Amino acid sequence: MTAPLITTKDLGLMFEGRAVLQHVDFSIHAGEIVTIVGPNGSGKSSFLKCLIGALAPSSGTVSRRNGIRIGYVPQKLHLDQAFPMSVARFLKLAGGDAAERTILAAELGLGDIQNRQIADLSGGQLQRVLLAHALIGKPDLLVLDEAAQGLDQPAVAGFYRLIEEVRRDLGCAILMVSHDLHVVMSASDRVICLNGHICCEGTPTIVSAAPEYRQLFGHGTEGALALYRHVHDHNHDHNHNHNHGPEGHDHG
Amino acid sequence: MDEFLLRITLAAVGVALAAGPLGCFVLWRRMVYFGDTVSHAALLGVAFALALNLPIFLGVLICAIGIAAVILTAESRLHHTDTLLGVAAHSGLALGLVAVSLITSIKVDLMRYLIGDILAVDWTDVITIWVGAALCIGALVWRWRPLLVSSLDREMATAHGQNPRREGVLFTLALAILVAVAIKVVGALLITALLIIPAATARLGAATPERMAVLAAITGAAAALLGLFGSFQLDTPTGPSIVVAALGLLLIASIARRLIR
Repeated sequence: MTAPLITTKDLGLMFEGRAVLQHVDFSIHAGEIVTIVGPNGSGKSSFLKCLIGALAPSSGTVSRRNGIRIGYVPQKLHLDQAFPMSVARFLKLAGGDAAERTILAAELGLGDIQNRQIADLSGGQLQRVLLAHALIGKPDLLVLDEAAQGLDQPAVAGFYRLIEEVRRDLGCAILMVSHDLHVVMSASDRVICLNGHICCEGTPTIVSAAPEYRQLFGHGTEGALALYRHVHDHNHDHNHNHNHGPEGHDHG
Repeated sequence: MDEFLLRITLAAVGVALAAGPLGCFVLWRRMVYFGDTVSHAALLGVAFALALNLPIFLGVLICAIGIAAVILTAESRLHHTDTLLGVAAHSGLALGLVAVSLITSIKVDLMRYLIGDILAVDWTDVITIWVGAALCIGALVWRWRPLLVSSLDREMATAHGQNPRREGVLFTLALAILVAVAIKVVGALLITALLIIPAATARLGAATPERMAVLAAITGAAAALLGLFGSFQLDTPTGPSIVVAALGLLLIASIARRLIR
């Protein structure tokens, strides 16, 4: 097996005196799709920021494979109206050559909006532009931070279909933070439940055909966890404070 | 043109030329309040310079860099950036005013530092202003692309192998230099206005960041000339007159844009 793309060992992160993350051991390999789920404030975004190097961990280590290329799709792009930036120019800032940009733009359906201003785009258009931006330069790892947040249901489905297509073409690993249960089930090799620490991880069971699925869909993280088949027996005798969110969840 | 007029025109235009493009980044990076804080706290630098008998420029530069460093460090550890900036801006201003009054035995005209006193600018100041302005513009041109990328989204820039922190430090240094050269021309209270009003005006006529930066420099220079002219005609203080002229240009541009549409 080749070396993992990114590995963390006993990673901890403090913010304003509060432990946001503790004892996180994680790795992702080439071509893998990993989804991280967890309640709000569980440190999902902070964890991604540690992985890409935007936040320095307070303890433990993050090692990235030498020369790794990471494409990052943020939750949102908070571009001020005062920032004049066309779609074409934005993609150009990501580098790559013109031919690559043209192909990607066509693939993601951005042909018609090349001259539009970023600040004027709809949510769905913006997410496709951000995805294209992240894919320029053929990343080894695509990182998505709740990238479909704020899109309506059909748009979310379409967006994730796009990601799957892109992955088939490029073969890059994908790490996403999501609370979209459908995607957790259908596309991921591994699901990790994070709540300050890794509560559990495992392969998602394929249950999308089951009628129970429809009932569970949309019930938040609690429902999703019921679907996971835990690979290892999860031992809760950690030597640290087990700080679950108010929802609590059933490790079963 | 007589020598006096040439001197103050060069001083005002020099500051405005650099303030325009820097102001664009202040808007893009949403750092208006930060700019306010650094320039208000510059008054502390005036006190510092008077106490140690340093040139005002140097005192303000050191103080502006110091304040910026403190804020940037605190900011990365705290959530309440707005509160922090508000506290720093106004306490900096108040502390500066108190310190200047305490330090100077002779009565110093505080207004000179609050709203500027371009009539007191000498040739050394003009040279300082143009060197400072050239440094600011040079820094922007040199790091243009990484600065743009890091202004879009920090995480995205990091993932793409950029170092947004380094670009942030460079930009802050440029801002500190501008504050230091601008204090004699428009004063601590109005520096931010000179940064953001021409930039906001330029936004109305620009579809690319480059065009906006160039237009902001031109608009700023035009406001400086109009303001100087107005202040001589009406016998009004020069710094505020330049800002009023900049506001006038913004209003005209807004109306023109509506009419065109």
